[in-house]
Amino acid sequence: MRLRHLIVSVLLPLAAGGCAGSQSALDPQGPNAASLAWLIGAFTIVCGIVWLLVMIVVGVALLRRRGAAEPADTPLAEDPGRERRKGAVVLAAVLATVVIVTGLTVISYLATHSLTAASGEPLVVRLRGYQWWWEVTYTSPSPDRFVTSANEIRVPVGRPVRLELSAADVIHSFWVPSLAGKQDLIPGRDNQLTFTAERPGIYRAQCAEFCGVQHARMALVVVALPPDEFAAWLDGQLRDAATPANEEEAAGREVASGKACAACHTIRGTPAAGTLGPDLTHVASRQTIAAGTLPTTRGSLAAWIADPQGVKPGNKMPMVPLSADELRAVSAYMASLK
Amino acid sequence: MTGIPHDLRDTEVDRDTVERRLAETWRTRRGFWGAIATVDHKIIGRRYIVTAFVFLLLGGVLGLLMRWQLATPEGRALGPDLYNQVFTMHGANMMFLFAVPVMEAMAVYLVPLMVGTRNIAFPRLNAFSYWIYLAGGLLLWVAFALDMGPDIGWFGYVPLSGPQYAPGKRADIWAQMITFTEIAALAVAVEIVVTVFKQRAPGMTLDRIPLFVWAMLVTSFIVMLAMPAIMVGSTSLILDRLVGTHFFNPAEGGDVLLWQHLFWFFGHPEVYIIFLPATGMISSMLPAFVRRPVFGYLALVLSMVTIGILSFGLWVHHMFTTGLPRLGESFFTASSMAIAVPAGVQIFCWIATLWDGRPVFRTPFLFILAFFFTFVLGGMTGVMVASVPLDTQVHDTYFVVAHFHYVLIGGAVFPLLGAVYYWYPKIVGRMMSERLGRWVAGLIFVGFNLAFFPMHILGLQGMPRRVYTYQADLPWGPLNMFVSLSSLMLAAGFLLFFIDAVRSARSGPPAGDNPWDSPSLEWATTSPPPPYNFARIPVVTGPSPLWENRDELPVASGLRLDRREIVITSVADAVPEARESSPRDSLWPFWAALTTSVLLIGSIFSPWAVVWGSIPVAIALIGWFWPKGTPEDEA
Amino acid sequence: MRERVCADLSGLPLHGKGTASPTFWGTLVFMLLEGSGFALMIAVYLYLRSLAPAWPFGAPPPDLWPGILVTVLLLASLVPNYCVKRWAGHEDLRKVRIGLVIMSVLGIAPLIVRGFEFAALNVSWDSNAYGSVIWMLLALHTTHLITDVGDTLVLCALMFTRHGPNRRRFGDVEDNAMYWVFVVLTWLPIYVCLYGPSWL
Repeated sequence: MRLRHLIVSVLLPLAAGGCAGSQSALDPQGPNAASLAWLIGAFTIVCGIVWLLVMIVVGVALLRRRGAAEPADTPLAEDPGRERRKGAVVLAAVLATVVIVTGLTVISYLATHSLTAASGEPLVVRLRGYQWWWEVTYTSPSPDRFVTSANEIRVPVGRPVRLELSAADVIHSFWVPSLAGKQDLIPGRDNQLTFTAERPGIYRAQCAEFCGVQHARMALVVVALPPDEFAAWLDGQLRDAATPANEEEAAGREVASGKACAACHTIRGTPAAGTLGPDLTHVASRQTIAAGTLPTTRGSLAAWIADPQGVKPGNKMPMVPLSADELRAVSAYMASLK
Repeated sequence: MTGIPHDLRDTEVDRDTVERRLAETWRTRRGFWGAIATVDHKIIGRRYIVTAFVFLLLGGVLGLLMRWQLATPEGRALGPDLYNQVFTMHGANMMFLFAVPVMEAMAVYLVPLMVGTRNIAFPRLNAFSYWIYLAGGLLLWVAFALDMGPDIGWFGYVPLSGPQYAPGKRADIWAQMITFTEIAALAVAVEIVVTVFKQRAPGMTLDRIPLFVWAMLVTSFIVMLAMPAIMVGSTSLILDRLVGTHFFNPAEGGDVLLWQHLFWFFGHPEVYIIFLPATGMISSMLPAFVRRPVFGYLALVLSMVTIGILSFGLWVHHMFTTGLPRLGESFFTASSMAIAVPAGVQIFCWIATLWDGRPVFRTPFLFILAFFFTFVLGGMTGVMVASVPLDTQVHDTYFVVAHFHYVLIGGAVFPLLGAVYYWYPKIVGRMMSERLGRWVAGLIFVGFNLAFFPMHILGLQGMPRRVYTYQADLPWGPLNMFVSLSSLMLAAGFLLFFIDAVRSARSGPPAGDNPWDSPSLEWATTSPPPPYNFARIPVVTGPSPLWENRDELPVASGLRLDRREIVITSVADAVPEARESSPRDSLWPFWAALTTSVLLIGSIFSPWAVVWGSIPVAIALIGWFWPKGTPEDEA
Repeated sequence: MRERVCADLSGLPLHGKGTASPTFWGTLVFMLLEGSGFALMIAVYLYLRSLAPAWPFGAPPPDLWPGILVTVLLLASLVPNYCVKRWAGHEDLRKVRIGLVIMSVLGIAPLIVRGFEFAALNVSWDSNAYGSVIWMLLALHTTHLITDVGDTLVLCALMFTRHGPNRRRFGDVEDNAMYWVFVVLTWLPIYVCLYGPSWL
């Protein structure tokens, strides 16, 4: 175990974290990622030593005979005995290669084994990939307690989370490096990924399989909360959208249900029930909008609604022509949907 | 049997007359149509090499564009659509239009010379291959210039490349470009196999074949077994897109992962199709620069064959994150690790060669040393990505981008550049500059490592590949800037290389027959070689013919001067069996390539093009094979 | 470099037969790469079949008679094909001409039945993946049939011209016969895939 910590600490200086939440394989925050970071460290050290040894031998081979030759020099004769002895050394090196490679295969196999050994009843979350956003559905034993959200996964600390991965259009890949390795979301196939967050925090994840023009802006965050906070948050998500607190928000709700918005988006408790885009019932409770593109503020909501193609060119949200008042109202309303 | 002029043999006249008559028989006619009609493997090989390097230059510019875009977070140099075209073009261009063709091009030029024959087997097929390759390259680049460049990644995963998510013709152009380049590559593979099997100089038994030729033989077999997979794949994709088949449509019983299996069943061997010729170049160049034969000839041959076989058992390691059954994944981890063993054998044999040699520090040798440093590192990261759990963290990240550039540039392009410096005097007749060569090797070696090593770290820090930008609050900015600046150094090295290659063709010092005092047969003839390669066919008595016969070369005589005649020898022992003819120049391969191109490009727009397009193809093929009553038709 | 003549090759034939002919090896190598194409296509078939809940799916099973007829015709053609190969080996021009005419007819006949075979598949290529893959298998083989029949027709015409009586031509006829055997043999696994019993 000391060795394990040593190896991880060697790599740690490389694991710079950003304010968007950690997104680094070298900054593990859960047992899966920790075991993978250890594996990366172990492979790096073994392979590094082998590489160094080969380079040293090449260096010695070059320098041991002083005086470089010229092309015109007569070719050297071979000494059969010497060639045989060199053959033995080469054979030994090959055998050493076999041993090292076998060893690495074995530790790799053991690591795979440890990844699947999760304990406890997992929280099951369905994650569905769309061009270029994520639909997140929290399941429950009782079907009326299913909650649909988008672009953010909240998980309780210490409890395993099983993601059931599917794709609506093309292949995507879910990767939250600080917590686990990646797993693809493939149309027509069902995959799953189990991980546990050990500490509360925000961990950034990103689509890792090229999925079209906005592949670069298909991120999400995993927010790990203490179990009681998580339970309270989930209860909040079960509720319908907040009722407008003032006139401007009420006008915004009219815009959102009357204009084209409702054709694609759902806002529970209002007439808006479209299913092509993210569920907006609690959009303001999420850290980011447009799949990790902008932080959720009233200003960024307004900017996004006013010109989605300018913010994220090629994405599927069209620009809906709104007057200045309508835009102000609808962004106020969106910002109120905590 | 009638109308044949005097059946003149090279035994009946003096040496000058032999050379004059042979030159008359084998020469390529002057003028435009003569150039189109030529079937001389040297002229076609030279064209092939130059074209491939032009594509390298273009692909390198695309690489620089990407680095410009990624130098800073939220870069605005290219938009997302253009960036996606650019990285797809970069990958597709480098793999399909540069790396594979350039290795085959070197073989087209060198293999006939190295085995001591006068032309490649099926020279007209060779001409056809070049035209088809050129057409495929033009298709891709013209489409890109018209903003119709593919934007689906070089491995074109469905459904992103399928009918629903890739409207327009971009994906069709990508898939059809693959058809072009695979036809060209398969044709060359057939030629190489038959040349090596049947056209080796008398006495060149299996254990005397130069190692580059062995490498190309193994490579050709890999090509023939792997490339049909991508042909099946790209054809199915085009059918899905054009006539509504459902190979990759899960809603109708198709499967998305089928594409990945087909692609990587080709795509992984593809890496060895690029890498094995490079190892052959190392093995063939090394003796001249350490002044002794290579150590472990048999071990090197066997390890190449082993790599060839194992290369077909690795494809799933590109699919470790797709959720395949665990048992299968473990098998592919083991087989991917296992390939480190034959690769290791090669490295150890080369080091053993160095150990007792006397190094000659010339540019080709510098590239060999750069290869050791870089390729072994790439091999180490290869061992890392072979591990399933480790791969789940680095797959599709910049770590993998770093890994395969280390393997492909370090493992294949460095030996290739060394090979250009080494064989340039044979091909052009003049030496490249040794002074510039050192700068080229230094800039490329240092620039490459500075540009690509940090990508390992970026990948581990979470940066996925194929992103057109990243946000400022992610910690990747400084390293990306460093990478982008270093790529300029790498580019400067390549620029200098191109300058040296162009300049030396006019003003380099004359090379002489054998400037490096190398031991293999291509150095026995003049530089550049005459159209007939060898006035008399060499007779081989050992693995290093020119070192074993330093004073005079044993040769065979008795070949006719009035027809293009080559010697056919037996497969294992290279015992002469026949004086076979080699075809004359012909325009038909060009017409066949042109009509085939019309058919293939037409089929992007209408499936009926396959029907009406096949008529001119058939006419061209009949014209090609219809006997013309020349002396070559005699039997 | 100075040369020392140590062998005289003037006694060698101007064209080697069998394994001494590059075209023989070329044909063999082409068979290898096309064979790997066939093998991969069959692998695609088996892969899709392994994923499907039922096979054939979304369509009634194909009618058997056209397929059986094609198979019988192809297998029957192997006999005259063998004869042509032997006659070409003996360089017997008259018999080779007759044989090639027969082989042309025996090549075109299964092609005509093949037209009905597509209709008898009872599924369209664009109905579902099952339809796509069996159409593709059949089309792949048909392409090979067409090219080899084309080759046979051209060779047949050639044998009636002044270029016919030539050892090189007889070699071409032998290689063509060898390739025909390849076309017939590759049909058999495809036949089993298309029409074999469902427990296979």
